[in-house]
Amino acid sequence: MSRQYETVIGLEVHVELATKTKIFCSCSTAFGGAPNSHTCPVCTGMPGSLPVLNKQVVEYAAAVGLATNCTITQNCKFDRKNYFYPDNPQNYQISQLYYPICRNGWVEIDTPAGPKKIGIHEIHMEEDAGKLIHDEWEDVSLVDFNRSGVPLIEIVSEPDMRSADEVIAYLDKLRLIIQYLGASDCKLQEGSMRADVNLSVREAGSEKLGTRTEMKNLNSFKAIAHAIDGERERQIELIEMGRPVIQETRRWDDNKEASFAMRSKEDAQDYRYFPEPDLVPVIISDEWLAEIKARQPELRTEKLIRYKKDFDIPDYDAQILTSAKRMADLFEAATAVCGKPKKVSNWLMGETMRLMKEHEMEADELDFSPENLAKLIELVDAGTINNSVAKEVFEKIFLEDVDPDAYVEEHGLKTVNDEGALRSTVEQVIADNPQSVADYRGGKQKALGFLVGQTMKAMKGKADPGMVNRILKELL
Amino acid sequence: MSLMSLTAVELGKKIAAGEVSAVEATKDALAQVKRLDEKYNCYVTVDEEAALREAEAVQQKIASGELTGPLAGVPVAIKDNMCTEGMLTTCSSKILYNFKPTYTAEAVLNLRKAGAVVIGKTNMDEFAMGSTTETSFFGPTKNPWNPEHVPGGSSGGSCAAVAAEECSFALGSDTGGSIRQPSSFCGVTGLKPTYGTVSRYGLIAYGSSLDQIGPICKDVTDCATVLEAIASHDPKDSTSVSRESYDFTAALRDDVKGLRIGIPRDYFGEGLDVEVKEPILKAAKVLEEKGAILEEFDLSLVEYAIPAYYIIASAEASSNLARFDGVKYGYRTQDYNGLHNMYKKSRSEGFGPEVKRRIMLGSFVLSSGYYDAYYLKALKTKALIKQAFDRAFAKYDVILGPAAPTTAPKLGESLSDPIKMYLGDIYTISVNLAGLPGITVPCGLDSRGLPVGLQLIGDCFKEENIIRAAYAFEQSRSYAHCPAAE
Repeated sequence: MSRQYETVIGLEVHVELATKTKIFCSCSTAFGGAPNSHTCPVCTGMPGSLPVLNKQVVEYAAAVGLATNCTITQNCKFDRKNYFYPDNPQNYQISQLYYPICRNGWVEIDTPAGPKKIGIHEIHMEEDAGKLIHDEWEDVSLVDFNRSGVPLIEIVSEPDMRSADEVIAYLDKLRLIIQYLGASDCKLQEGSMRADVNLSVREAGSEKLGTRTEMKNLNSFKAIAHAIDGERERQIELIEMGRPVIQETRRWDDNKEASFAMRSKEDAQDYRYFPEPDLVPVIISDEWLAEIKARQPELRTEKLIRYKKDFDIPDYDAQILTSAKRMADLFEAATAVCGKPKKVSNWLMGETMRLMKEHEMEADELDFSPENLAKLIELVDAGTINNSVAKEVFEKIFLEDVDPDAYVEEHGLKTVNDEGALRSTVEQVIADNPQSVADYRGGKQKALGFLVGQTMKAMKGKADPGMVNRILKELL
Repeated sequence: MSLMSLTAVELGKKIAAGEVSAVEATKDALAQVKRLDEKYNCYVTVDEEAALREAEAVQQKIASGELTGPLAGVPVAIKDNMCTEGMLTTCSSKILYNFKPTYTAEAVLNLRKAGAVVIGKTNMDEFAMGSTTETSFFGPTKNPWNPEHVPGGSSGGSCAAVAAEECSFALGSDTGGSIRQPSSFCGVTGLKPTYGTVSRYGLIAYGSSLDQIGPICKDVTDCATVLEAIASHDPKDSTSVSRESYDFTAALRDDVKGLRIGIPRDYFGEGLDVEVKEPILKAAKVLEEKGAILEEFDLSLVEYAIPAYYIIASAEASSNLARFDGVKYGYRTQDYNGLHNMYKKSRSEGFGPEVKRRIMLGSFVLSSGYYDAYYLKALKTKALIKQAFDRAFAKYDVILGPAAPTTAPKLGESLSDPIKMYLGDIYTISVNLAGLPGITVPCGLDSRGLPVGLQLIGDCFKEENIIRAAYAFEQSRSYAHCPAAE
């Protein structure tokens, strides 16, 4: 490549809000459930039914806006976006075009060149559609309206990002903020957070934006990164060949690691937006806004400061513990029970992270109770179990959230403190391993380790290693 | 004599006194339907069994003292755009020819709570689009005063059913005059309440920001009584208003002393049939003699109401009617090739020409590039019209005028010239744009024996003023029963 290019990226991020009920009716938003079991006349678009706005949606959307430095539109309105599709029961989506709830915000991300502000153009509220299920066998399509009317916010960024790394950093930042607010669990894989990437390239130094494409169906950070790199290459190739980049929507195929054109601007639909006449304007009074502000939970930056101050844990620990809301919650809850922040931190940063990696889990999937971790720490500190047993028990807590007290008791894992029993085992080990005994006596310190191991094995790991060492040395 | 010749309140009193039963009343209504409806086609659906079952249940509750209200046991007809659980609700359209809702409209539920017995569902212009009830898929309703004439629309079935005494009273809906104009044509009394007074939950929307349910009755007392039963603040309808008072019958006083009545010159100019003009002015005189203060004034902007209305109502309708697509309920075409073809054919075959015309008009004015020029401008016009009324109501308690420029036209006269039909709504439409209450009361007959209706318009939430004026006027004359009903 002879010329230098700059990639310009803007994101449209859809986030499913964690309300118990839908945005315009009182049906449950719970996942699962038999098809169309969470529906009513409103979310199935029955004639004569009318939407009633769920206040919690406004509060979550405003909370996200406040946390991302947006201006809140205190008199905002809903609009109808008209298009025909069977998963959309009214054949229009209630969304916001003219007066979105939040505008002109930003979040700060870390880049190799230092902190950078990514602008947020707007955040608006809207309803999700149902799901089509295509039955190849019967050659019919079925519609499940359980997701119809689940509340979403769409966060539209400014075209401020320049690389896949910046995009990932921005998404990570958004996800963390929203998780901390409790407004959503933001799971990309499950679709509670979805990102569409708008990307164009231009010659470095050029002021004018290139023609952009929009990429959909990106279900992981990896897919987003690959799609950005691939699309950048594709557009540069077109430009180098002197061919135009067409403004179009493209669909990312994760299996093929490539994107395909879905529709061009020419076939873009005219959504015939107009103000939703069935809903009144949403007036967010100063008092209401103040209430929402007062309820804003502690975000990561504040947590970092507090952890260092209150718990006296290293900066590195605090960084990792606050990198996910669930992790921070576990840390705080377990510490509250046992009062040993550093030990809790060690378990979370060590074994927890290792097991998460082994099981390919995200932090928000952790579902063991902090009380059980606190109990485990107490068991170790009391000398009731040793460290290797503790690791074994922790794996059980991690996977099945077992009560460590009961588990240790049930499986007879308590450290054997009966010196008589231990002494006789050590005697047996010495008798069975004359060569090692000779080696040790001949000055090979390593042989002692082997004998300790043999004793622990014979004790099925339940012995206190310190005691084993002492008795061995004594008897040798 | 049929019990249906009584007003709803008179009948309710007889039932409460035990002189007649709810079952007898329902039987009389059904007998009248059997006798006359083949000729007038007021109803799309009559469910005799359900009506009699309900009448029996209501009678038991009356006997046990559980139901004591003025409408307990009184038979009612419901316009076919209000959902009734398990009972066909078609909007007089082929596209909903088989649609049975899973729930009942709030206004109908309120009536049921008051003990009214639903006889059936009345014919209307398809999706309430029309002024003659001729756009119905189930054939036109005929005016009981003269079956060669239309009953008006879109609530023509409800108004004709009240006139022909095939029910005690009825519910209609009014988006641009659909209660008041057919009430005028059929010689009955119809009231369109302030927007937000009666819940729209379960009313199949035409123009959501303009639609309002209201009573169609023999007299003003019935209208006030029925309005009191159906009006409510409904949390299921975000546009429903919590009113300070739901007492509408207190205004039933024969006293208009000092009531300030404005007569807009704009309503009496070119286009108003002299045979309508005379009885209206005579009615004004009656009110003046009773002590009201009359004054002529210029309302202004009247000529802009019709274009603004057709833009706003059609725009909302184009979106409201999108859900009728053959996927979930209602009519689906027989043969189709893929989804889009199914949509296209189901809608092409399921909607009639007037509905299609308004869907196209509405889609056009909302299209990218035209939104500002049409829709936004229409909204601004709507706001200006509201301001003009605000100025008028600073000076007057009631505005008096005709409900329609002519009496009922002959069948077939209007459909060939939709623009002319649209112009017929000139006196009713601005009331919807401004969200005001309006009432039509019979005030005479033309030389052909067709009824003329007087329209009284009030300020928002001031139904009491128009009820008072209408009631006082009504005391000067006796109810003219439609000859066909007897």
